[in-house]
Amino acid sequence: MRTLLFAFVSGLIFGLGLLVSGMANPAKVLGFLDLAGAWDPSLALVMVGAILVGLFGFTVARRRRTSLLGHPMRLPDSTVIDRRLVIGGLLFGVGWGLAGFCPGPAMVALGAGKAKALIFVVAMVGGMVLFQVFQSLEQRQHRTVGS
Amino acid sequence: MMIDWAHFTPVSALVGGLIIGLAAVLLILINGRIAGISGILGGLLTPSRGESAWRAAFLLGMIAAPLLWLALAALPAIQIEASTPLLIVAGLLVGFGTRLGSGCTSGHGVCGLSRLSPRSLVATVLFMGAGFATVFVVRHVLGGV
Repeated sequence: MRTLLFAFVSGLIFGLGLLVSGMANPAKVLGFLDLAGAWDPSLALVMVGAILVGLFGFTVARRRRTSLLGHPMRLPDSTVIDRRLVIGGLLFGVGWGLAGFCPGPAMVALGAGKAKALIFVVAMVGGMVLFQVFQSLEQRQHRTVGS
Repeated sequence: MMIDWAHFTPVSALVGGLIIGLAAVLLILINGRIAGISGILGGLLTPSRGESAWRAAFLLGMIAAPLLWLALAALPAIQIEASTPLLIVAGLLVGFGTRLGSGCTSGHGVCGLSRLSPRSLVATVLFMGAGFATVFVVRHVLGGV
């Protein structure tokens, strides 16, 4: 129960941070991504603020085996820089630049009752489902090649 | 490069960033999980035992944030200028791309860079670069869609 409560509170604080920072506003995000136009550098400072706190918190997290509620620390252990990471990052960036939405702000805009955010979120979940299909096809192919 | 001083909001951006960082740090220190929104959402599509409820709770918290805000003050602007077809294409790309690349602005950008992960640094440089390039093409080559 406490696990769920703290997950909810963390999501709530995350969402409030997105609202305060301006990241929940796609028009502002696009103003940041438009280097050649009238450039709004604000979002660089969002990253600076988040990483300042994160550097401290993740240094503490790395030294612990379990979380404060006794859960195993699930820190990512992958270090590979492969084709999936590169192509995935590029595709995501193109989508981000087209609408000004990345996943977190889209959830917050959805909560704010924006119909267009709902359209984006449904499409985004659709993209994730497509990825699952792609991945299972790929695994089947591997198995076939392997046998 | 021309800076848009009228829209530059350094204080709220920095404060908002600190709050976002705090949320990510709370989730890792208390629950032992990474606050990567695409991973949390995508993880719900392939449920694994014990990992679905906290993900749903986190996302509900995000959705509740503007409601809590509204109870206290007027919401800040959320302007979505993209057309419906563009939103659909963008959503598909963001959904597929973040799952293929194992992360988005929060997982790679905030948590990954905070962990000094080279993998996340590469991902962040690539999606930011692709974002810059896309807006350049849309606004300055095609002249807006």
